[in-house]
Amino acid sequence: MRFQGTDSYVATDDLMVAVNAAITLQRPLLVKGEPGTGKTMLAFEIARALGKPLLQWHIKSTTKAQQGLYEYDAVSRLRDSQLGDERVKDIRNYIARGKLWEAFGADGSVVLLIDEVDKADIEFPNDLLLELDRMEFHVYETQETVKAKHRPIVIITSNNEKELPDAFLRRCFFHYIRFPDRDTMQRIVAVHHPDIQKTLVREALNVFYELREVPGLKKKPSTSELLDWIKLLMAEDIPPEALRAKDQKVVIPPLAGALLKNEQDVHLFERLAFLAKRERGN
Amino acid sequence: MFVNFFLELKKAKVPVTLREYLTLLEAMKQGMAEYEVEKFYYLSRAALVKDEKNFDKFDRVFGQVFKGLEGSGEAVVEIPEEWLRKLAEKTLSEEEKALIQSLGGWEKLMETLKKRLEEQKGRHQGGNKWIGTAGTSPFGAYGYNPEGVRIGQDKSRNRRAVKVWDKREYKNLDDDVVLGTRNIKVALRRLRQLIRQGEADELDLPETIRSTADNAGWIDIVMRPQRRNKVKVLLFLDIGGSMDDHVRACEELFSAARGELKHLEHFYFHNCLYEKVWKDNRRRYTETTPTWQVLHTYGHDYRVVFVGDATMSPYEIVYPGGSVEHWNEEAGQVWLQRVTQIYQKAIWLNPVPEQHWQYTPSVQIVRQIMGERMYPLTLEGLTGAMRELAR
Repeated sequence: MRFQGTDSYVATDDLMVAVNAAITLQRPLLVKGEPGTGKTMLAFEIARALGKPLLQWHIKSTTKAQQGLYEYDAVSRLRDSQLGDERVKDIRNYIARGKLWEAFGADGSVVLLIDEVDKADIEFPNDLLLELDRMEFHVYETQETVKAKHRPIVIITSNNEKELPDAFLRRCFFHYIRFPDRDTMQRIVAVHHPDIQKTLVREALNVFYELREVPGLKKKPSTSELLDWIKLLMAEDIPPEALRAKDQKVVIPPLAGALLKNEQDVHLFERLAFLAKRERGN
Repeated sequence: MFVNFFLELKKAKVPVTLREYLTLLEAMKQGMAEYEVEKFYYLSRAALVKDEKNFDKFDRVFGQVFKGLEGSGEAVVEIPEEWLRKLAEKTLSEEEKALIQSLGGWEKLMETLKKRLEEQKGRHQGGNKWIGTAGTSPFGAYGYNPEGVRIGQDKSRNRRAVKVWDKREYKNLDDDVVLGTRNIKVALRRLRQLIRQGEADELDLPETIRSTADNAGWIDIVMRPQRRNKVKVLLFLDIGGSMDDHVRACEELFSAARGELKHLEHFYFHNCLYEKVWKDNRRRYTETTPTWQVLHTYGHDYRVVFVGDATMSPYEIVYPGGSVEHWNEEAGQVWLQRVTQIYQKAIWLNPVPEQHWQYTPSVQIVRQIMGERMYPLTLEGLTGAMRELAR
């Protein structure tokens, strides 16, 4: 059971080692990296490559750790009791399973994605320590212990908005997805758009990396934006020459809206481009 | 197995624990590294390092342990050549430029420097050729050659230099100092202004009881939103130069602020606020943010906290072009006044003990601009400052 990347996902060596170590030792893998470098995609691709079902647990600022285990719906039980419903006698009717329980209870091993763990409250990871470590938890209402039949492969992503507690980190493998270099980027583009002309890719990458160098951008364009942009370029059938025409009158690359997502960034870029043009004019 | 490696990592202050070490060994036992150095490197990194900010430290230790490379004991720092050149072009007089030419220009100077660094084995002091301290060779610290390039001198020698002709090794303010931040956290907690907002997901017990009674005993649940911290803070931190002595205190403040406030933006400046600030001190020359942009981006409901010793030559505040590192079109005080005008709630925290303030004119000026809202960086001072901000 080895992860080698897939036909639609380029995995670097270090990423493969980290993923395989996490799979073999059955520890969670914590993935960090710039937004848009494929953290969430990684879980999808691992599930696809290993032919396992994927369970997704997307974390929001209001998510509590308990929700991943189970929720006891006391309110509807109370209502039912007042209405004299028969269901009320069995407490199990009011326990809703969370994603972790689903993963633990599955018949084969599954891939569990805990997405953007840093969005939740600061105590959230601490509340999951034992559950992720031993892959079991206790249900107080029914006095039963849920234990994983097969330890799931747990992928946790973080956008670095909060520091994660040390105790939590100690239990994980860690991988930081670096922004891909030119060669890797070319491979990524080739995987996604195999029929794209070579020159177009080269010119597009030139423009792309130049754009990333512009100082002060609020959100630097990342891999996913590049792929979208190239898709657009292909759909519009824009010739490579149009991209190369940087030193001519054209200052903004065509369809730049796919790369710059922020009004201030577009404005900043336009101003810089204008200045550059004026300098050349002199 | 690899005990040495583990201990070296600990020594280099990479936060590794026994548990992670055992995990690595377990992975090795399972044959995860496949007996390749590169794979082993990736594997040990994934198992032992849990934050990308420690990657660099880890790489250095790994290189030392497994290749037998010597770490540089004496702090020899790499000098950003471009920066030196740019600074020289701006600040040197024509004669001085000619002097540099006498040694063959910048390229030559840097090349000679590199060569000598290689030739030289140990620490050196005095003399006129080797790189060391207090000599007349152009290379080294505390020297008098106008072409001097400063190497490994980690403190400013003279605090009130009008033009600091020194390369400074700025530190990126790490926010991982936890020791001693507890007190600051408690003080910062005063800033919390709790407001109910967001989803109604908390049971409002008194309201539920009343409502149920109104409902003739039928349960009627009333929910309400949680209380959240709504305070937004803009933090401007002075870095480098005379602040070197206070970096630790600032690190602690920074670390505490991170944990305590949800909306916190920080920017660095040097000595006094001018038209540019920056977020990452390592890239301060390439990635700066215009101060106007900061003032336009963050609304007037932000609270502004300056942290700096305000110890500089008064020219740096009062006159245009007074900055030690670049030509500023507008005087520092203009910028400070702009900030205090936009943000009603602004304070200055000063790590220098309060009893020394009266002896430094620049502190008096800044204090006056801030409307006397300058506080010492002590628990008491912080409490006062937070009370001012929370009003």
